[in-house]
Amino acid sequence: MAKRIEVSGLNAYYGKTRAIEDISMTIEPRSVTAFIGPSGCGKSTFLRTLNRMHEVIPGARVEGKVLLDDLDLYGPDVDPVAVRRVIGMVFQRPNPFPTMSIYENVVAGLKLNGVRRKAQLDEIVEKSLRGANLWNEVKDRLGRPGAGLSGGQQQRLCIARAIAVEPQVLLMDEPCSALDPISTLAIEDLIASLKDQYTIVIVTHNMQQAARVSDRTAFFNLAGPGKPGRMVEIDETNKIFTNPGEKATEDYITGRFG
Amino acid sequence: MTSETLEQGATRALDGRTRKMSTGRLGDRLFGLSAKGSGILLLVIMAAIAVFLIVKAVPALRADKANFLTSQEWNPDAAQSRFGIAQLTFGTVLSSVLALILATPVAVGIALFIAFYAPRRLADGLGYVVDLLAAVPSIVYGLWGLQFFVPKMNGVATFLHDDFGWIPLFGGDTVGGQCILTASIVLAIMILPIISSITREIFLQVPRANIEAALALGATRWEVIRMAVLPFGRSGMISASMLGLGRALGETIAVALVLGTASGISLHLLKPGGNTFAANIANTFAMAGKIGQSALIASGLVLFVITLLVNMAARAVISRRKEFV
Repeated sequence: MAKRIEVSGLNAYYGKTRAIEDISMTIEPRSVTAFIGPSGCGKSTFLRTLNRMHEVIPGARVEGKVLLDDLDLYGPDVDPVAVRRVIGMVFQRPNPFPTMSIYENVVAGLKLNGVRRKAQLDEIVEKSLRGANLWNEVKDRLGRPGAGLSGGQQQRLCIARAIAVEPQVLLMDEPCSALDPISTLAIEDLIASLKDQYTIVIVTHNMQQAARVSDRTAFFNLAGPGKPGRMVEIDETNKIFTNPGEKATEDYITGRFG
Repeated sequence: MTSETLEQGATRALDGRTRKMSTGRLGDRLFGLSAKGSGILLLVIMAAIAVFLIVKAVPALRADKANFLTSQEWNPDAAQSRFGIAQLTFGTVLSSVLALILATPVAVGIALFIAFYAPRRLADGLGYVVDLLAAVPSIVYGLWGLQFFVPKMNGVATFLHDDFGWIPLFGGDTVGGQCILTASIVLAIMILPIISSITREIFLQVPRANIEAALALGATRWEVIRMAVLPFGRSGMISASMLGLGRALGETIAVALVLGTASGISLHLLKPGGNTFAANIANTFAMAGKIGQSALIASGLVLFVITLLVNMAARAVISRRKEFV
């Protein structure tokens, strides 16, 4: 189920502005890869190129190659909609559908895939909510609005919604930045348990979080003021935080940045 | 130097500050009063209209020898005054509901196209044109309907009657352009812009986060609209339709011009003639006698109540699923 991602020579643009420059990396299956770096250095933009969400912004485009195992996601006959069905995404702010119940939120993606049988849906809802560590809290109120949950619960609901379709990769864009420390911990535990099945990529501003949850860490930085963002290095998380290969990485993680 | 203690000084300073923060300032008070005054004024105007209608309607209702609600006659000024609103209610509700059925899908389609499909520049231009439609006076729609559209509809009516006459709505003995269907289409065009521009505004308010959530699940553009946009815009679409229905119910001159003559209750949409509350008032008020005018005002009162009920029903529909936005 989990697949390897290989990115080579990737550039992303907003209109004429190049946001990220020449990024190449390999993301291993069944592992957590964290992206760290200062604001505006293109981490989120890069993450969104991995499931072709970058191009939904008017004027945005991508150059380069993203291989999911052997399939080039930017190949000429690849449908972005199909890409997004196998690469799930969790956003910075929890965004359950406000008009849907908890149950309907979880099955939203399944309905797109044409799953209609009630028994099967029920089963997947329970499995996904258990997988997102939310089942015990909501099992008695599945018909209640998803937007009525707390922020942390909403984010776990969004994770349940993303994993309900059993994606091959799960992208998380600062999933804890709007949450309190306890909810953050719950999500981090969840990430640790999900990595057995999924390839997980997480953008985070919190370096402790990157150190806690990830196996590999990539450090992003701007090439210079007004220049596009680039990847400085990627390595084992342990190595990045103890003995990084680049001076810039060390300056950033020790807080001597800028 | 005064011998003020620290506490006294602090209290004094705090007093000064809390007074500044309170709503007791003149500007706040004036604004609060004027806002309250506007609210009360609105209620007073509504009440005044209702009282006026009731007071003026009572003499005719007393003189009426027929059943006001169920009779189809309209002879209030006869020696033996007999009149009822059955025909008017029927014509009004039928033409308005038909107009709503015709206009809503088109209006929502236009709004979706402008909000999600059209390229930016086309969307701006198209939105402007739709808003312009709302600014056309209803007498112009009436004249256009009578002079241009009715002759065209003569042919359409004959065609529908000949080829689809087996559908009861298109049946009947005589057909013509000056029928309820034509009036409804003209009404539909008139209420299209208001429904369309309100739903467009609602669609543009759908949070980007919801749209992205749907996209990230692998939804196509239409699926995004079905998952995130239409449910979010549901109550707005209902309000917009009800505003349109309100306008259709009360529309006077266009309907009066298109329909021309009155006719009885009939579900044959192509049958020439028909009547609505507003058209009936416009056509007959000037020539009506004392009781006749009073009877027309009584019919206006009923229209007022129907419009009120429509709005209340819309609110009930909207609030039923309030917890889901």
